Amino acid sequence: MSKLLDKTASRTAGSAVEPHGWTKGVLLANGWLVYAFFYAPILLLVIFSFSDSRNVGVWGGFTLDWYEGFVDSRQTQAALWNSVKIATVSTVVSVVLGTMSALALERFKFRGKQVFDALLYLPIIIPDVTMAVMMLLFFAEFFDVLNAVFGTELRKGFSSIALSHIAFSISFVSVVVRARLAGMSSHLEEAALDLYATRWQAFRFVTFPQILPGILGGALLAMTISLDDVVITQFVTGPGWTTLPVYVFGLIRRGVTPLINAVSVVMLMASMTLVALSLLVERVRNVGTNQRRGF
Amino acid sequence: MTSAVEIAGITKRFGDVVAVDNIDLTIADGEFFALLGPSGCGKTTTLRMIAGLEFPTQGSLKIFGDEVGTLPPNKRPVNTVFQNYALFPHLNALDNVAFGLKMQGVDKSTARRRALETIDLVQLTGMDARKPSELSGGQQQRVALARALVNQPKVLLLDEPLGALDLKLRQEMQGELKNLQQNLGVSFVFVTHDQEEALTMSDRMAVMNDGKLLQVGTPEEIYEHPSNRFVADFIGQTNLLEGRVLDSETVCLANGEHVTGISDLPRGSEVAVSLRPERAHLGPLDEIHSRQAAVDGVVESVTYLGNARVYHVRFDWMVIEVREENRPGSTLHEPGTSVSVSWDPSAVSVVAD
Repeated sequence: MSKLLDKTASRTAGSAVEPHGWTKGVLLANGWLVYAFFYAPILLLVIFSFSDSRNVGVWGGFTLDWYEGFVDSRQTQAALWNSVKIATVSTVVSVVLGTMSALALERFKFRGKQVFDALLYLPIIIPDVTMAVMMLLFFAEFFDVLNAVFGTELRKGFSSIALSHIAFSISFVSVVVRARLAGMSSHLEEAALDLYATRWQAFRFVTFPQILPGILGGALLAMTISLDDVVITQFVTGPGWTTLPVYVFGLIRRGVTPLINAVSVVMLMASMTLVALSLLVERVRNVGTNQRRGF
Repeated sequence: MTSAVEIAGITKRFGDVVAVDNIDLTIADGEFFALLGPSGCGKTTTLRMIAGLEFPTQGSLKIFGDEVGTLPPNKRPVNTVFQNYALFPHLNALDNVAFGLKMQGVDKSTARRRALETIDLVQLTGMDARKPSELSGGQQQRVALARALVNQPKVLLLDEPLGALDLKLRQEMQGELKNLQQNLGVSFVFVTHDQEEALTMSDRMAVMNDGKLLQVGTPEEIYEHPSNRFVADFIGQTNLLEGRVLDSETVCLANGEHVTGISDLPRGSEVAVSLRPERAHLGPLDEIHSRQAAVDGVVESVTYLGNARVYHVRFDWMVIEVREENRPGSTLHEPGTSVSVSWDPSAVSVVAD
């Protein structure tokens, strides 16, 4: 809603102070410069992923060998699946927990709310490396205790990576969902209760459809972050649980080949697909509930 | 006959703030009842307690004889038209109206039929597929009304339902709401801060301030016989002439003049004589009518309203507002002229704090 208003506001402002002459030229050049800055490396990456030369900076003619190598390599396959599994599990869990904490913070009053609120954002603020060391220490102690007490066989690997990803994703999901909830009047929930809905029905039929774009946005964010993470994963990973970004990082140490380019292009495509998907979802929602159209 | 709503000794505290302070109130079945007061007076909190959206800290609240004090809103036979309507933006008008029926487990075809009937009732025929964002303010208001009425509540609660509409539409809706209420015979409890709206629409009204219930009565009772200074001042316009009670029929004004004013307050009580601007009469200084109270002053300003003129008459102790209807032959008193403000002793009321 506010986005829509902003757009109309800037459009009317634009007509009055429309840049012209050399100002326009400079602005245009700046725009292209920024784009070049963003996308030139990506473009190079994509081009050289098709290069038939072991040397990354040298063009050796067109080939799809690196992609074939990527598809054929059992290690990349395994790493890819590890990434997907971890991203899926951590996204689902962190979306549920993040949404719940967002609801608690926006809709309820409870003791220690402000402290909870402040601490929830900690994972966004603290450096990855710090977080990674914390996680490493935590799992080293925690899993030992659990194994000793309950006789479980928790080892570093899937569970430690997934738990760490969940731990920082919750904050991101919570931020996105809260933004959406803040824009939704609590009168809507009251109206639902007044119209004979139970608390659960009020959530199911009113709150949930209203915050769904926020939840989807949060989920995409959580998934992207999980798929991209190198630092924390590298600290808490265990045998057999190398994720794709960690694998790529390892490859570089053994010498850079265009295989890395190919893997990166695949990851890039996956990320871009997720972003495109989120934009599409947003657009469909906007067409559906264009808030101000009646006025 | 059981009352629709019976409130006894209800208090609501939010932390240290007392929003509603020990009020007693009975609303009859089939009554159009207005809760009137300035913002923050506790009227909305009172309404929300009837709806079940707030629970009273103390006291008893009955709806048709059943104690509902801490019953959740979905278990009460009342529905609410919210301020700003609170329509569900993701549902079209029909689904908004059918929501309550759906939650009660009414089967789909019946719910649809009843929702469409109610949409007809509020004159939105053909609008059922529109989303709230595709409806004007007035139409959204009607959807909100239909969404509540379709459930056939025993009491309909309305929280400033006309506040967001422009004047013309508001006046139209006032008439329509009143008609609807009379046809349905359901009690409407209506919260407003607009005294004119309360006066024109309600059968009975309650005036609240600072969490306290100041007076309950018909609009006429409240306008004619305000129980205290706040009510006199809040309902309509009035001049409050400060003074002290001399005896049961006389008040000594601040300037020493004695005027007729009936009260049962003890001698010496600080009171004000409430003189409505339209009940005062302006005349030349020497014009003396028997049985009329009068004070002399100087015209300070005249405001032309078309159908009337409003004079501000200055006395050395206060300024009195006098409203003279613009009838043919009515004299214009220029600013600066000395005039006599007179009134019929039965036209004023004596109010204390």
